[in-house]
Amino acid sequence: MPLSPIKPTEEPPPTLPRASRLPLDPLLTLAVIGLGVCSVITLKVATRDLPIDPHYYVERQAIYLGVGFALMLGISRLDYARLRRHWRVMYAVLLLSILAVLGLGHSANGAQRAINFPLFSFQASELGKILLILALSALIVERARHLRERDTTVRVLIAALVPTMLVIVQPDLGSGLVYMTIACMLLFVAGTSWRHLAALAALVCVSIAFVLVAAPAVGVHVLKPYQVERLTAFIHPNSNAQKESESKEREAKDGEPDPSYQQQQSKIAIGSGGKTGRGPNASQVPYGFVPESDTDFIFAALGEKYGFVGAGLVLALYALLISRTLRVLVMSKDLFGSLIAAGIAAMLMFQVFVNVGMTIGIMPVTGVTLPLMSYGGSSVIATLLGVGLLQSIYVQARASAALKGRVLR
Amino acid sequence: MSAIEPVKPRDPRVPVSPQLALRVAIISGVAMVMFGVIFFRLWFLQVLSSEQYVSQADAELARHLPIAAPRGQILDREGQPIVGSTTTNAVQIVPEELPPGISSQVAAYQATLDEAEEARHVALARLSSFRASLGGVRRLTHAQHHELDSLRRAAAPPRVAVPPLPASDTALAGLFERLGHVIGMRARTIDERVVEGMTATPYAHVTIKTAAGSGPLTVLGERADEFPGVVQEPVSIREYPFGEMAAQILGYVGQVSEPELKQPAFRGVKQGTIVGQAGLEYYYDHYLRGKPGVQRVAVNAEGQPVPSKLPPTPPQAGYSLQTTLDLGLQRASEKAMQEGMEHARAGGKPAIAGGFVALDPRNGEVLAMGSSPSFDPDKFAKPLSYREYAELSSGANGIPGRLTDLADEGEYPTGSTFKPITAMAALEAGVITPSEGLGSGQCIYVSTEPFCNAGHADYGAVGLVEALKVSSDTYFFEVGERANAYGNVIQNKAHELGVGEPTGIDLPSEFPGVVPDRRWLAEQDELETKCEAAHHGNRCYIVAEPGAPWTVGYNMDLAVGQGELLTDPLQMAVAYSTLANAYRNGGEGTVVTPHLGKQIDERSGSLLQTLRFPSRHVHLNSEDLGLVMEGIHDAASEPGGTSADVWSGWNQELHPVYGKTGTAERAGHVEQSWYMCYIADPKHPIVIAVTVEEGGFGAETAAPIARLIASQWFGVAKRFVAGSSKTF
Repeated sequence: MPLSPIKPTEEPPPTLPRASRLPLDPLLTLAVIGLGVCSVITLKVATRDLPIDPHYYVERQAIYLGVGFALMLGISRLDYARLRRHWRVMYAVLLLSILAVLGLGHSANGAQRAINFPLFSFQASELGKILLILALSALIVERARHLRERDTTVRVLIAALVPTMLVIVQPDLGSGLVYMTIACMLLFVAGTSWRHLAALAALVCVSIAFVLVAAPAVGVHVLKPYQVERLTAFIHPNSNAQKESESKEREAKDGEPDPSYQQQQSKIAIGSGGKTGRGPNASQVPYGFVPESDTDFIFAALGEKYGFVGAGLVLALYALLISRTLRVLVMSKDLFGSLIAAGIAAMLMFQVFVNVGMTIGIMPVTGVTLPLMSYGGSSVIATLLGVGLLQSIYVQARASAALKGRVLR
Repeated sequence: MSAIEPVKPRDPRVPVSPQLALRVAIISGVAMVMFGVIFFRLWFLQVLSSEQYVSQADAELARHLPIAAPRGQILDREGQPIVGSTTTNAVQIVPEELPPGISSQVAAYQATLDEAEEARHVALARLSSFRASLGGVRRLTHAQHHELDSLRRAAAPPRVAVPPLPASDTALAGLFERLGHVIGMRARTIDERVVEGMTATPYAHVTIKTAAGSGPLTVLGERADEFPGVVQEPVSIREYPFGEMAAQILGYVGQVSEPELKQPAFRGVKQGTIVGQAGLEYYYDHYLRGKPGVQRVAVNAEGQPVPSKLPPTPPQAGYSLQTTLDLGLQRASEKAMQEGMEHARAGGKPAIAGGFVALDPRNGEVLAMGSSPSFDPDKFAKPLSYREYAELSSGANGIPGRLTDLADEGEYPTGSTFKPITAMAALEAGVITPSEGLGSGQCIYVSTEPFCNAGHADYGAVGLVEALKVSSDTYFFEVGERANAYGNVIQNKAHELGVGEPTGIDLPSEFPGVVPDRRWLAEQDELETKCEAAHHGNRCYIVAEPGAPWTVGYNMDLAVGQGELLTDPLQMAVAYSTLANAYRNGGEGTVVTPHLGKQIDERSGSLLQTLRFPSRHVHLNSEDLGLVMEGIHDAASEPGGTSADVWSGWNQELHPVYGKTGTAERAGHVEQSWYMCYIADPKHPIVIAVTVEEGGFGAETAAPIARLIASQWFGVAKRFVAGSSKTF
């Protein structure tokens, strides 16, 4: 059998196939666009009866999504690897912005989470998620040779714990939990030893028990009472009918929606949506029974109006988004990219699961947004920045693979 | 893998090591589990339990407003409506369409109301403890009266003034001003009704005026945009085609009050429902009320109504009550009362008030019944002011309030109309024999205390029949004196015939009456003792002389229907009915339960239920009864009879009259005129009872009224013939 002549190595490398020149991951982009469209459509329902301009929220959200998408495209053209060297700067920006919010911030719902700019109220903790992912990833990469050492694990945890404490003080418990989740995920993916991870898990359990049970018992309130209440409300899904009027009174007094009332109303909204949604008959969300149905509880608006079908579609889009993120994690050309993707995956998974779980009554009420769906510029733009980083990792991975002759799918 | 990797990257390149692959697989697994959990939870919520949540969502959304049911009619015995329900276009206000100033006003009003309510509860508690401290005392000292009055006033349902409109809200003030101009009401009155209405039933329309007339309604309809929040809605209201006729009997309606909601009679009644408040409207409310429908109004989380298409449940109209009243007789009787009272006034008597009853003696059907002065129940069909109500309910200068039905709520001695009862008792007990001559002279003396005939007449010693005919007081004083030795013979007979007992008539607030006897006196004495103990030994005047024993004087006064006897025309009519039907049946009589209700009809007019009332059998000695009846027949027909001249020209053959005049003496009052009669007829016998407070002698005022009533009943020409008898 005659052998075909072997091509000489001197030949120039083959031109990249057309597909590989696609500047973006098509499925990731598709998921993002799909979620953006769903967000706008759902917001139309959730905010229809607000007294001001009925399209106010929809228009603003569309603008945020547009700006975020543009930023995503921009970042996808950059090489994320260049950010690695500046991680200390980013970490400093993270801490300073959170401190700035604490100092200058504008209080909403009993929490100081944002600085109001003329067109935009800047929520540092949202952007902080991306900054933290980048900084921690770079820190881990820097110590790549000492990954299995306890020292590395502790340093990463401390680096995450400082901003976490600062946002919890704001108080924005939800973001704090996201930060810690990101740190754990990064350690996990970076290859920290199982022993460290087990110790970490034990530590988490002990600190939860301490914060919720032990500390209040001796009179130290690490969390504000309303936070504890939110965290534990879902455990007694309860007797809401009787408690409802009481809760409403309290809400009138404190301006803070009662978590169990909120969750009950949200469950009614989603449950009443049925298979295909209540459509124009929807009442829970349009008539204001579900508080914060435009932000944290937007999934209730979706579930009521479009039912199991609509909720399922959005969940499928999230599944696609997360699976593509994990795919980017695996295909990344370097550890830094993998870690960034892992951090973003952690952020997305945690927020989707906790937020949706909270609206359907299986998770405590924490102020965690539903990425890309919830109304809010900071959250939308931060998430899209993250997706931009994923795109960049994807593009770089394809480019380097092409250079190396590897075929990546 | 790394073996064939040709290039060593400068970065710490991590190829997909088994370690990383494992960890990513774990992450993927966790993600899949999470999505799985969410998916199944959604499946559970949205597919399996969807219906439950839909109904919960609807329940959150809907507020239920009652749609008033048209009340059943009240008909006379022939089925002609005497109280109707009519639908009229009412001017209503839709609160949420008003300019926003109203809500702050409502909030301010609600706050004051809550305060007042709190104060009232304090006063109520103090009142009840004060009452408890008084015990069974009947007459109070001046200071106690004062204290009790002020506490009562404080414990009455609060009357809170509506705060003035916020001056800034010119839109609201302007609207009320314009509306008031169109429908002829003061803007302030409209504002008050709106605020009160919104406080009582927050989501319901507030009725401003029920009968605005077609002119204003047209104006409002044509210029609807100038009157935001003003609508016209058909409402069902009470209609009284005969005005004041039988007003106290029929009663009136009004919104159910807070205390009424706690009564068993109003169990299940929704707040704001129109219910019967008095008379037949109250007694038969259960039938007349109907069942309110439900209008479902969708509201948002703030409680503001939002448009929706929730289906209403239509109301069910109430049943009609057919009464035993004879419309013609009722109208004629009331006219006769007017005529008689005017005549008395022309004769210089005050004739301040009066009541009458016409019964069918066979079965107790009330053919006509009424009280004068009357009131216009239509006033209660519309929003009624507190002052108007107070004027109607409380009397002044000794005149009873117009809302009181004197026929069954009066409390009077009866004068000589009681004598047939005394006679029956004495004869049956063997106290006297019919032919025995008694009562000669002008007065009877009991240990120097004189008991005299009216005008100090001397009838000589007369027999029973003659004594009844001329109404000899001395005769009956003697009977009473003798009967005292036999115990409570007169009292027992009175109770047996139905005097001093609740008659069981189908009206609320019937007066039970008092027939004085030894035990009653002992009870009164005990009350006096208790009262004095509670008042540091001060006299309470429950009895004239504390500790004084029963004397023969009590019995003598009772024998002529005076003294401590307290009864009303209805009880007397029952007693005379018993005499009458026993007379017709050879001594076997029935004590009937007088009643106004005949049957309950469906809205369509078909019979739903015939109302039945129990009666009690009583045996009277027919011989004795014959003598008594002869006596009172003579009184109404024979020359010299007390009311014979009143019945002059009456066909006694066809419709023999058995009638007895009465003139009750009440301290501090002009004599009260009484007349009781039974007029026999094979088909339509009738017992008529008439009394006129401060109307003079029985023959003078009450008897002629009775004749007018009888004339109407038997269809003969009406003549007002005042009698001349000056007997008691």
